Amino acid sequence: MYDFDYLRAGSVAEAASALAATPNAKLLAGGQTYLPTLKQRLANPSCLIDLGGIGELKSIEKDGTALVIGAMATHAEVAVSPIVREALPGLAGLAGGIGDPQVRHNGTIGGSLANNDPAADYPSAALALNATIVTNKREIVADDYFQGIFTTALEDDEIITQIRFPLPDFAGYAKQEQRASRYPLVGVFVARLGSSGEIRVAVTGAGNDGVFRVDGIEKALAANFSADAAKSVAVASAALMGDMHGSAEYRAHLIPVLAGRAVAAGVTSSGS
Amino acid sequence: MSDTGIGARVERKEDKRFITGKGRYTNDFRMEGMHHAFFIRSDIAHARIKDIDKSAAEAMDAVTVLDGRQLASDGVGNLICGWMIHSKDGAPMNMGAWPALATDTVRYVGDAVAVVIAPTRARAKAAAELVTVDYEELPIVVDAASTMEAGQPQIHDNAPNNLIFDWEIGDAAAVDASLAGAAHVTTLELTNNRLVPNAIEPRAALASYDAAEERFTLYTTSQNPHVARLVLSAFYQIAPEHKLRVIAPDVGGGFGSKIYIYPEEIVCLWAAKRMGVPVKWAAERVESFLTDAHGRDHITKARIAFDADNKITAFKVDTIANLGAYMSLFSSCVPTYLYATLLSGQYNIPAIHCNVKAVYTNTTPVDAYRGAGRPEATYLVERIVETAARELGVDPADLRRKNFIQEFPHQTPVIMNYDIGDYNATLDAALKAADYANIGQRKAEAAVRGKLRGIGISCYIEACGIAPSQAVGSLGAGVGLWESAEVRVNPAGTIEVLTGSHSHGQGHETTFAQLVADRLSVPIENVQIIHGDTDKVQFGMGTYGSRSGAVGMSAIAKALDKIEAKARKIAAHQLEAAESDIVIEEGAVRVKGTDKQLLWHELSLSAYTAHNLPPDMEPGLKEGAFYDPVNFTFPAGTYVCEVEVDPETGETEIVQFVAADDFGTIINPNIVEGQVHGGLAQGLGQAMLERAVYDESGQLLSASYMDYTMPRADDLPFFQVSHHPTPCPNNPLGMKGCGEAGAIGAPPAVINAITDAIANNALEMPATPEAVWRALQAGAFKQAAQ
Amino acid sequence: MPEVALEVNGRPVTADVAPNMLLVDFLREDQRLTGTHVGCDTSQCGACVVHVNGRSVKSCAMLTMQANGRKITTIESLAEGDSLHPMQAAFREAHGLQCGFCTPGMIMSAVDLIQTNPSPSETEIRIWLKGNICRCTGYHNIVKAIQLAAEKMRQPQAAE
Repeated sequence: MYDFDYLRAGSVAEAASALAATPNAKLLAGGQTYLPTLKQRLANPSCLIDLGGIGELKSIEKDGTALVIGAMATHAEVAVSPIVREALPGLAGLAGGIGDPQVRHNGTIGGSLANNDPAADYPSAALALNATIVTNKREIVADDYFQGIFTTALEDDEIITQIRFPLPDFAGYAKQEQRASRYPLVGVFVARLGSSGEIRVAVTGAGNDGVFRVDGIEKALAANFSADAAKSVAVASAALMGDMHGSAEYRAHLIPVLAGRAVAAGVTSSGS
Repeated sequence: MSDTGIGARVERKEDKRFITGKGRYTNDFRMEGMHHAFFIRSDIAHARIKDIDKSAAEAMDAVTVLDGRQLASDGVGNLICGWMIHSKDGAPMNMGAWPALATDTVRYVGDAVAVVIAPTRARAKAAAELVTVDYEELPIVVDAASTMEAGQPQIHDNAPNNLIFDWEIGDAAAVDASLAGAAHVTTLELTNNRLVPNAIEPRAALASYDAAEERFTLYTTSQNPHVARLVLSAFYQIAPEHKLRVIAPDVGGGFGSKIYIYPEEIVCLWAAKRMGVPVKWAAERVESFLTDAHGRDHITKARIAFDADNKITAFKVDTIANLGAYMSLFSSCVPTYLYATLLSGQYNIPAIHCNVKAVYTNTTPVDAYRGAGRPEATYLVERIVETAARELGVDPADLRRKNFIQEFPHQTPVIMNYDIGDYNATLDAALKAADYANIGQRKAEAAVRGKLRGIGISCYIEACGIAPSQAVGSLGAGVGLWESAEVRVNPAGTIEVLTGSHSHGQGHETTFAQLVADRLSVPIENVQIIHGDTDKVQFGMGTYGSRSGAVGMSAIAKALDKIEAKARKIAAHQLEAAESDIVIEEGAVRVKGTDKQLLWHELSLSAYTAHNLPPDMEPGLKEGAFYDPVNFTFPAGTYVCEVEVDPETGETEIVQFVAADDFGTIINPNIVEGQVHGGLAQGLGQAMLERAVYDESGQLLSASYMDYTMPRADDLPFFQVSHHPTPCPNNPLGMKGCGEAGAIGAPPAVINAITDAIANNALEMPATPEAVWRALQAGAFKQAAQ
Repeated sequence: MPEVALEVNGRPVTADVAPNMLLVDFLREDQRLTGTHVGCDTSQCGACVVHVNGRSVKSCAMLTMQANGRKITTIESLAEGDSLHPMQAAFREAHGLQCGFCTPGMIMSAVDLIQTNPSPSETEIRIWLKGNICRCTGYHNIVKAIQLAAEKMRQPQAAE
């Protein structure tokens, strides 16, 4: 690792002012992606501003028709939270399947969404559930937030504080792991929104530009909300990622298969 | 059987230090004034070094950069390959020069160019970024199939067409005649995927030089510290052997990759003397991927002939073996004498011919990795026999049984003389344990659930206990392959055993002690096994080739024979009895059938007080022995794998895996079963997960655990393991060896099972979900890809 | 250099550390607790797993500064004197280790599993171990050892 300074922020405001005042400073959330990046000397920040000491960022609560998760909630905390398990079990299941237990003990939802790795799990949930990314400055809807691999709408001095998930009446996630890294080779999140009944299908692991929605499957599910309907859709491979772990053609094949499995595995919320 | 003797499931003596964090691995040691080495490696697969600019790095405080020209001018020798192979025209193999630090040319990504020495590892690494190497890029070849073609870049000047040797074994004319007259011929082409050994402890070295004594000490991650000392001394001119101490302390796995003496150890020793400070190097994992010798990497075409009665009449094999950019220490024997000599498998095959072309490419050197040649042979034999059974429309188990060798000893047409075995016993046991008879029912039941179930058999044989020195010498080996042992009985009766074998997970501290406790009737806690230090153990050939039981323990047994003989003489003298009436039992040396006895510690003390020894007997109770095997040993067995394929995704689950092995005598079943489990995991890894992938520019794409798929707990099932020993007649304990069997036998069982499930033989390793899915799309039982 | 104050194996420790010092390097180099190992660069092998405030984490993916004020437990303090932790004893009894290099991380991970889930199924054990790579055992006896330890830890009164 290159040398850098370290600041443990006591509040979002302190972190924000330090971030604004320090050229080339970077935020440190759980560090499960960023520290390995630093170890390989692939980044050279001047200062790391650690958000780990800000208690307000760890809250998980239900707020009317939304689930609101603090940016520094770890994957493990989301996975076992009774609030999440009751309100959005599909999201709890996704969180409990990220990486491995040790990654889940430190990795955070805010860190994952800020990094926007093209193979991370959370972006698919945020996009499918039409989540709102709340920062210290504004609120960004998921449709506007994801802007390509490792790229988001966040400005340099912007800090994610919360993620607000409108409660859907259906949510389900299915993935096939890339067997080496255990990131999703393809992950598909299927949601039916409680407010509008809109069906949103978001795919991670497969897109050249990161997480994306699959219009064809959404339409098929709108007509017939069943696993078979999802599986019957052909997905084009042209815009998909291909590498030694899976060709674009194979990923395209997996998307409807996993969409069908997400439909089969998902949970319908009777309350909404 | 006593509760600690031969055959007992004794808990390991070494475990306490490992489970409490007190193991001592090379990287855990440090020395006063120690500096750290960081290697600058080529990131280009083939290039001339025009210039190395060290100035910016050496401007840093206490940083020194050393390069290959300095190494050469200090007289450090090039790395060598220790096994001479001659081509079929009689020409010796074409060994290209491999300096520990490249002097003018780099030949693979990872080739060491220079080393930075600094007081901290962080500073060494930071300084390395400031060293500029000016390269003139050269054309690159990574593909073994085309590297011999005209117009390809030449990797070593003395190896035209990148050919290292063109070797053959067997009777080509007899094979061709049988193929021409065969009732059926099955053809198969396959690749044996390149693997990265991935011992979880990365390689490391800590070298120091005592200027007053003019003596080096090297702590290193080695499977064979004495071989390391010999080679460092005799070939790399580091120091005479008596001026070089090599210590291999706790070593975190080897699997072959820690047999070899690598550039880093050589450079650390040289730098320690040149700089006057101890020098430590510990590999990062990416360096392990780039520089630990890789394994396998064969391309093979084969044809097997059957008569009208489905008996095999001939087997013809043509293999290209990719040895990478340089010839590693034992690289030449792997695709020749450890491969082609096993092509008879468990079968009576009258005629075999094998041609092996070994080639250079701009890739990491390839050498022995768990199994070393024998997995490549077994994969070929067991896939082609399975394929033949499908073509012939006969049960694969029946076809194997029909062709099994039934009588021993059996001379194959490819050198090996199998001493003993019972192949029907292991096949029957495995089929029974796997409930082979009812597979049809299970396939039908799986189909109801939308899954494709398949079963695959592999009947493997290996040649282990490597090996009779005279025999391997006649085949080109540069060393003898015996083992040594010394048994020291202390005055109070406790015992130290010095062995030339090296344990890096195999549990020698326990199994070797079990043998001693059993033979001398002493408590196992009174036995200490000492290994891994050239100052303590006189010489040894180390641990590989499943040899520590069959060869290393045989040496201990021989030394124990001498201890027992002397103890009997002492007891007979003091107890006034005939030597033939003396027995060693229950902690005493006694006159059979009487109450006259010396307790063991009384006898050992009397050997050292020497007050009452037989006339002319020397005091003391310490004996040494060298054991040179008279033959290879031939562990064998049958593995059965059963899988379920998800046809939607190609994902394959191993639903059961049965191993029925014949390892001869077993000292500690816990340890033997652990060896089988670990070997199976590596075999299953090769079959389904692991693959070293290069791009056309020679970059290793799978150079981390993000991209190289290591088997993890959720990739594997519990294994059903059973033993069916036929004791080896050629060594004192009847042992055959168990360390490599799993890695050798498992891959074809897995692929035979998957190809059965998907009804398509055209499937290569690793059988990833995509590979299986694609093979499934291709339809029912096509002939294997050509 | 900034100062950290933390608890290592029950001992209060204060030290000046570089901001970029990983917890694993602090433990191995500064505290000389070499039972925690490093087996990869990408935070995947799990040889470095320790407990921070009782939960298993990879000490190669955490800065020492992030551990400020927290309790660190390493393999060296799992046994109480000569009395092995049941997980350590089970690894020995079930032959759940060979070369020993992955073992400290494996045991620390397994201890965390049992405190989270006292009666894990075979599948739950295997999935929990995703973050720990072993090259020697094929995991067979590791899974057996964890099952054995779980059983023993459910009956703390039972004699050895």
